[in-house]
Amino acid sequence: MNEKFELLRTPSIANLERRLFLKRGLSLGALALLAGCDLTDQESVQRVLMAMSRWNDGAQQWLFSPQRLAPEFPESRITRPFPFNAYYSEDEVVEVDGSSYKLELAGMIRERKPWTLAELYALPQVSQVTRHICVEGWSAIGKWSGVRFSDFLARIGADTSAKYVGFQCADDYYGSIDMATALHPQTIIALRYGDEILPPKYGYPMKLRIPTKLGFKNPKHITAMFVTNEYPGGYWEDKGYNWFSGS
Amino acid sequence: MAADQPAMLIHPLVVRVAHWVNVLAVLIMITSGWQIYNASPLFGFEFPPAITLGGWLAGALQWHFAGMWLFALNGLVYLAYGIASGHFRRKLLPISPSAVLHDIRQALRGRLAHDDLSVYNAAQRGAYLALIVALVVMVLTGLVIWKPVQFYWLGQWIGDYEAARYIHFFAMAAIAFIVVVHVIMVVLVPRTFPTMVTGRIRRAS
Repeated sequence: MNEKFELLRTPSIANLERRLFLKRGLSLGALALLAGCDLTDQESVQRVLMAMSRWNDGAQQWLFSPQRLAPEFPESRITRPFPFNAYYSEDEVVEVDGSSYKLELAGMIRERKPWTLAELYALPQVSQVTRHICVEGWSAIGKWSGVRFSDFLARIGADTSAKYVGFQCADDYYGSIDMATALHPQTIIALRYGDEILPPKYGYPMKLRIPTKLGFKNPKHITAMFVTNEYPGGYWEDKGYNWFSGS
Repeated sequence: MAADQPAMLIHPLVVRVAHWVNVLAVLIMITSGWQIYNASPLFGFEFPPAITLGGWLAGALQWHFAGMWLFALNGLVYLAYGIASGHFRRKLLPISPSAVLHDIRQALRGRLAHDDLSVYNAAQRGAYLALIVALVVMVLTGLVIWKPVQFYWLGQWIGDYEAARYIHFFAMAAIAFIVVVHVIMVVLVPRTFPTMVTGRIRRAS
């Protein structure tokens, strides 16, 4: 095909091509200049990257299957010791008084009476041995037990057609997840680590354990939760980490 | 005038555009990837922050997960074109390990002839094929690292999350090595450079 084209290629066509190429080169140059501007203009780069992060929230929501389960492991594969991780160091772990603790409920929930720990312990419990994957890349396998979150949401009459469930924590951490993940069968209110009551370093008295999300989406020391249609953000998300952060 | 001599098209437009988009995309992916690696290094070293992109982990992740769309979509267009048009078959085949080794030896002795730019020698064919394979491995292991639960089935046959991290790293190293050799070869045979821009090479009169 190219040979045929070459035969038809008269000097004037060649000349035209050259001019077209020049024009294309010029617009390429203009594009490069534009890109150069963008690269030095931190704010517009940030805007594009944040827009892409929102787009990726949507892509992940689309990829997320409400039924697909995170792999579970035999107890022999549990990582010992399970690593501590937070936005502060281990000696700064908050001590929550379990006897006066109450989980506050707010937002699109029918029965907003606060829950004591004894009441939470009395609910049916499930366990899982799953992999915790940190946004930094490392992973560790642990065993958590507690209340299936979808059961709890049903019990308190949460409006599960809402978009978000948000959390407030005793260590000033905060976060939020999508409703589809909240209703996933492996999303649990973890009250125990291993076979013991959740120790302070792992989030006493409760953390949300979500094996279909990165570690930082698993808030610890939760003191209040709310159901809402307004995007609540989160501690790391507000600093630039991707909000959905599913796995 | 020399410019009026018939020129031969050796790099179709699709290939040239895909090449330069890929340069940008791979540069973004590798430099942001180095920053992500530094957050939890697999080996006893870190990449110097000066050659990484993103400033910190969250910034690097933003670049990586924005760049991946550019990289993957461009790669898909290139692969679809290469297969459907016969471009891969014409340019990269046939290829044999002994021919590749022979041409690499010749190249290391500085004796590899490269007169006809429209035909790739076996060393080039080997390098370009290896690069394509490494880039595909990058996408597959990247999917397993990004979504180890949703792409669990994929992880089942390339090794799960932790294995995928290592393969992702080694494929990156292979790509970086091929890119360095490629750039050195272009510097040694500089007349190959304008052809990847214009697509054409002037025929000897």
